[in-house]
Amino acid sequence: MNFLLINFFLISILLITTFFIFKSTSLIGIVALTGAFTLVCAAIYVNLDAVDVAFTEAAVGSGISTILMVMAVAKLPEGKIKPLVNLFPSLIISVCIVIILMVIISNLPLLGDPNAPIHLHVTPEYIKESESFFHIPNVVTNILASYRGFDTLGETIVIFTAGLGVIALLTGNTLNRKTKFTKKLKK
Amino acid sequence: MIFFAALSVLAIAIILCIIRAVKGPTPFDRILSISSIGTIIALGIAIHGFAFQRPEFVDISLMYVLLNFLGTIAILRFYKIKGKKING
Repeated sequence: MNFLLINFFLISILLITTFFIFKSTSLIGIVALTGAFTLVCAAIYVNLDAVDVAFTEAAVGSGISTILMVMAVAKLPEGKIKPLVNLFPSLIISVCIVIILMVIISNLPLLGDPNAPIHLHVTPEYIKESESFFHIPNVVTNILASYRGFDTLGETIVIFTAGLGVIALLTGNTLNRKTKFTKKLKK
Repeated sequence: MIFFAALSVLAIAIILCIIRAVKGPTPFDRILSISSIGTIIALGIAIHGFAFQRPEFVDISLMYVLLNFLGTIAILRFYKIKGKKING
């Protein structure tokens, strides 16, 4: 009962926030509301007992991405944005997606069901064997760094490339720097 | 019963903060409103831990408050460095 009540409370706050994100016309206000949205998402993850995911969400979603978005907004020229006029096609698409997801949800196993397929396939072997294979007591670390080591390496490369792109976009105006450099060369 | 009362008070507080984030005339109002929404969420996690008899949730809510504080400080520091006008 309490679990349901907390979920109801958090998801209704998410709905209100989404509505205001659509209605708002100031960019920094939209950034602020997105930060609030990710914080509420983190609270939902805590409610589902996924504390590590919630921490990542709170640190990345509400911390770093909000700062990056504020930096990007500061780069933009001044002026007001135009509110969206025709919301009808996007409304139809989102209603269709909601209906499809509702149909799929009714086929999923219940939350925390021990006979769900995800708990029967490879997880028991990981729990039994991983410590004797790699001599690391933490099962999650074993899976991420040993069983799926190449996968994690690829993810790291992707995130590194994304970080390089963000730095290249947000730091200073490279054009002026180039012209100064070329002037020095000409002298 | 006290749990329902606490949750409803938190809901009202979050809705007031969201209204401030939507209406707020200056960017600082909006930043303050996200920061206070983070504090309210941390309070909610602490209440959640109390209701489900899990005292270790207080640690999680403390970490949330620290992260939230760091984010706010970083945004304000960015304002101080750039000193640029940002669209209301």
